[in-house]
Amino acid sequence: MSRFLLRNTLSALSGALALLALPACSKKPTADATPSATPPAPSAEVKAAEPAEPASLKVAFAYVGPVGDAGWTFAHNKARKEAEAAFNGKVKTSFVENVPEAADAERVIRDMVEQGNTLIFGTTFGYMEPMLKVAGDNPKVHFEHATGYKTAANLRTYDSRTYEGAYLAGVVAGSMTKSKTLGVVGSIPIPEVIRNIDSFTLGAQSMNPDIKTKVVWVGKWFDPPKETEAAQALLDQGADVLMQNTDSSAVLQAAEKAGKFAFGWDSDMTKFGPHAHLASAVINWTPYYTKAIKDALEGSWSTSQTWWGVKDGAIDLVAISDKVPEATKAKIAELKNGLKDGSFTIWKGPIKDQSGKEVLKADQKAEDKMLLGINFYVKGVEGKLPSGK
Amino acid sequence: MNELILLLGSSIDSGTPLLLAALGLIINERSGVINLGAEGLMLIAAIAGFATAVATKNDLMALLAGAAAAALFAALFGLLVIWLNANQYATGLALSLFGSGFSAFVGIGYTQESVAVAARHSVLSHHFLVYLAVLLTMALSWFLFRSKAGLVLRAVGESPESAQALGYRVRLIRLAAVVCGGALVGLAGAFVSVVSTPLWVEGMIAGKGWIALALTTFATWRPGRALLGAYLFGGVTMLQLHLQGRGVNLPVELLTALPYLATILVLVLISRNPRWIAANMPTSLGKPFYPGA
Amino acid sequence: MIKLEPRTEPSAWLSVASPLFALAVTVALGMSLFVLLGKDALSCLQMFFVEPLKNGRALAELSLKATPLLMIGLGLSLCFRSNVWNIGAEGQFILGSIFATWVALRATPESGPSLIVALLLAGALGGALWASITAALRDRFNASEILVSLMLVYVAEQLLAYLVNGPWKDPDGYNFPQTITFLSSARIPHLVEGSRANIGLPLALLSAVTCWLFMHKSYAGYRLDVAGQAPLAARYAGFSARKALWLPILVSGALAGLAGALEVAGPDGQLTTHVPLGYGFAAIIVAFVGRLDPVGVTLSSVLMSMFFIGGELAQTRLGLPKSITGIFQGLLLFSLLTCDTLVKSRLRFTFSGPGKAVAK
Repeated sequence: MSRFLLRNTLSALSGALALLALPACSKKPTADATPSATPPAPSAEVKAAEPAEPASLKVAFAYVGPVGDAGWTFAHNKARKEAEAAFNGKVKTSFVENVPEAADAERVIRDMVEQGNTLIFGTTFGYMEPMLKVAGDNPKVHFEHATGYKTAANLRTYDSRTYEGAYLAGVVAGSMTKSKTLGVVGSIPIPEVIRNIDSFTLGAQSMNPDIKTKVVWVGKWFDPPKETEAAQALLDQGADVLMQNTDSSAVLQAAEKAGKFAFGWDSDMTKFGPHAHLASAVINWTPYYTKAIKDALEGSWSTSQTWWGVKDGAIDLVAISDKVPEATKAKIAELKNGLKDGSFTIWKGPIKDQSGKEVLKADQKAEDKMLLGINFYVKGVEGKLPSGK
Repeated sequence: MNELILLLGSSIDSGTPLLLAALGLIINERSGVINLGAEGLMLIAAIAGFATAVATKNDLMALLAGAAAAALFAALFGLLVIWLNANQYATGLALSLFGSGFSAFVGIGYTQESVAVAARHSVLSHHFLVYLAVLLTMALSWFLFRSKAGLVLRAVGESPESAQALGYRVRLIRLAAVVCGGALVGLAGAFVSVVSTPLWVEGMIAGKGWIALALTTFATWRPGRALLGAYLFGGVTMLQLHLQGRGVNLPVELLTALPYLATILVLVLISRNPRWIAANMPTSLGKPFYPGA
Repeated sequence: MIKLEPRTEPSAWLSVASPLFALAVTVALGMSLFVLLGKDALSCLQMFFVEPLKNGRALAELSLKATPLLMIGLGLSLCFRSNVWNIGAEGQFILGSIFATWVALRATPESGPSLIVALLLAGALGGALWASITAALRDRFNASEILVSLMLVYVAEQLLAYLVNGPWKDPDGYNFPQTITFLSSARIPHLVEGSRANIGLPLALLSAVTCWLFMHKSYAGYRLDVAGQAPLAARYAGFSARKALWLPILVSGALAGLAGALEVAGPDGQLTTHVPLGYGFAAIIVAFVGRLDPVGVTLSSVLMSMFFIGGELAQTRLGLPKSITGIFQGLLLFSLLTCDTLVKSRLRFTFSGPGKAVAK
C-alpha cells in the first residue's frame, strides 16, 4: 500500500495500542464502606457474648447522585449507615454513587448481583426498567425500587410522603409571608414534585386562603446556578418565602442574600442560610431500610408498595426557626400528631384545581392512586405545567 | 415597573460572568489565538475559587485564586499552541474536556460545603465585581484602541509576520495575551462559584464558556459590544424565568431553550455579512505562526 | 536555544511512535497525581483491561458502548479532516432517537423487520436534518459551526424534554416524563439470544469499512482531504468548498442519528430524558485518538469503551471517583496533540551568536 496509507494506518493502530496500555487508575480513599473483592473477615471488634461471624447478608445501594449532595442521595446514604449499624455486623452494605438512570444502570445492578449482593436498593425512578430486567433474571435476589410503580415477585417499591413535609412547610410559609406570594423552584415535572408544590400551597392557604404560589422549573434535580437564577426571578416577582424541590441549598442562599425566607429540603440546611431558614423538610429512610433488611434477614420479605410519611417516621419538619410564631409551631405539632394518628388528612376536599374544577368534593379523601399520578396545579398556583395542560 | 427594574438588575448580575469571560477571550483572539477551552478554564477557576473560599473564607482571595488557576492552565495551552504550533481548535477542545474532568475530580468532597453569603462587598445590591466588569470593559476599549500596546497587540493579531519584521516578539506577546485573557476567563468562572452561587457542583458553568465564545464574535471583538451582548444574554435568561413565573402560555421547554436560540440568532445576524466579519476579525485568528519560516 | 522547525515532510516513525509517547506522558502525569492518593494500581488495571473482556456478557456490554462511539467517531473524523468542527453530535444523536421513537410508537405486534429498517432510517434522517441546520447557517450566513452546533445540543435537549413531558408521554405511566416501553417488534434485534449485543455492532463495523473505502479509495474522499488540509489548493483545483462543508456534516449527523436510534430502541427501549449519555462528546476524543482514520477510530472506540466500563467497575468495586475518566481523556488528548507537533516539526538546537539570529 502507499506510504501515506501505511503511515496513517500504522499511526492509527499505535494510537489505539496506546490506549490499550493506559493504566488510568487509582483509588480515592473513601471513609464509607465499599465492597471488597473477598467476603469481610470476621469482625475484629471484641464484643461481649456475640461470637464473630461473617456478615450473613450483603446489601447494595445504587445512588443517582453523589453522597455529598446534601440532599436526596445524602439522606439515603445516612440511612444506609444507620440501618447497617443497627444490625451489629450481620449485614454488610455497600453503595455506588453517580449511577446514571436508564441503559447504564442495568450493567451496574447486574454487577451488584454478581458481587453477591442479595438485597439491592435503587434510589431513583429511572432505575425502574433496568431493575425489572435484572430482577427477572435473578429470582433469588430481592430488589427494592424507590419512587417507582412497577413491581414483581422479587421487586417491590417504596417511597416517602414528601408532600407531607411540603404541606407542613407551607403552613409555616403561610404564617410568615407578608406579600402573600410564595415561590417554588421546581426540578423535574414528575408527579411527586407537582404534588409537593400543590401541598405546599394548600398548607399556606390553610393559614390564609389568598396566598398565591409562583413556580419556575429548572429541569434538573441539582443545578445550583440555575436554581439561584430561578430563585432570583421569583424574588423579583414579589415572592418573599421560597421553597424548592431541588437538591441543593442554592435557593435558600439566594433568599438569605435578599433578606427573605426559605426552607431546607431533604436535609437540615440551617447552616446555609441562618437568617433566611425557616425550617427543613427532611426525609428519614432509616426506619424503612431497617425494616427491609430485617425482612430479608428473617426471610419474611415479600413484594409490596410502601409509602411512608410522618406517621412512620419517614418525614419530618425540623429545625423550625425562632422567627416562627409560637402559635404556628403549636399548629405544626398538632398537625404532626394528626398525621400520626390518622385524624388529619392533607388531601381532603373541597379542593379545586387551577381551572376552578373541583377535584375533591367536600370531605372526600384522595386515594393514593390519585395522588401518585397528580398532574394538575391546585387553585392559587400560578404558572403553566411543563407541556401541560 | 418595579419588577422591570429588578429584572434589569438580575440580568446584569447574570451577564457579568459572560462579560468577564468575553473580555478575556477578546484579548486572546485579538492576538490571533482562539481558545476553545474557555469552558474548561472557567470550571477549573470555579473549583479553585470555591476551594479557596472554603479554606480562607475570603472571597477576594478566592476570586484571585480562580483567576490564577485559569491563567496557569491558559499558559500551558499557550505554550502548546504558540511554541509547538499545535492545532488551536483541537487543543482548546482538549482543554475543555480536561477542565471538565479535572474540576469534577478536585471538587469531590466540596459538594457539601458553602461559604457565607451575607453582605460581601456589595454596593447597591450588586457585588463589586459587577461594577469592576464595566470598568474593565472601558479600560480594555481604551487599551485596544487608544494605546500603543493595544495597537501592537492588534497588529500581532492581524499580521504576525509584519509585527515580527518590525521587531516585536510575537510569541511572547501572544503568550501574554493568552495568560491575561485566561485570567479574566478564570475570574468569570470564580465569580459563578464564589459570588453568584456559593456552592460547587460538577459542570456548574453549564455552557457559559461557550456562550462567551459566541459573544466575542457577536461583539466583533470590541469590548463595548461584548458588554451589550453579555447583558442581553443575561436578560434573555432571566426573562424566560420571569415568563415562567407569570404563567405565560408557552411551553417551559421552549422558554428554557430561548437563550440558546437567541445565541444562534445573534451569531447569524452578525456573521452574515462576510465583509463585516472580515473587516473586524483578527486576520491571523486560529492560524499557526512560524517565526523564522 | 531550542527551535521548532517545520519538516519538509511528516516524520514516518514519529507518527507511529507519537501516540506511544503520548501514552507515556499521560501515564506519568496520571501516576504522579495518584501517588498523592496512594492506591493499588494492580486491581485497577484488572478493572480496566481484564474485567470488560472477561466473558460473553462483558463483551456484549462492550459492544453496546463501542457501537455509538464508533459510529459517531467515524462521522466526526470525516468532519475534522475537512476542517469542519461539528461539536454538536450529541444533539444530532438526540434528534435521531426522537425520529426513531416516532416510528417505534407506530409499531404493532405484527410489525415485521421493515419497521426496524424504517426506525433506523428515521434515526439517520433525524440526525442529518439537525446537522443540516448547522451546515445551512454556516453556508448561508457564515455562522461558526462550532457554536451553532453546540447551541443546538441544548435546544435538542429541550425538545426531547418537551416531547416526553407532553405529547409523547405514556398515558399509563403515572405522568412520569417517558414514552411507553416499545413493543418487542420495535426493539433492535439482538445478535444472540440472552445477550444485550445487537445488530448495531455489525452496522457500525460496516460503517467503518465504508468510511475507510471512501476516505482512502475514492476521489470524493480525496477531495475532502485536500479541502481540509489546503483549502486554497482545493479551490484552485476546483473542488467545491460547499460540498466539502455539507457532505461531512450530513454524514456525521446521519451516523450520530443512527447511533441515537440504536440506543433508544436497543438498550433503552423507551424515550426518556436519560437516553442521551454524552456519546456525542466522548466521540470527539475517540476520533482524535483514532487519528481521524477509520481503522484507528474502530480500535479507539473499543478501547474507550473498555475505559468507560472499567471506570464504572473501578467505581463500583474499588471506590474510584468517576471524574478520573474525564481527566485521563483530556490528558491523553493533550499529550497526543503535543507529541503530534513533533511529527510535523523538528526540534533544532542552535547556538545563537552574533549575526546568526536573523530569521530568513
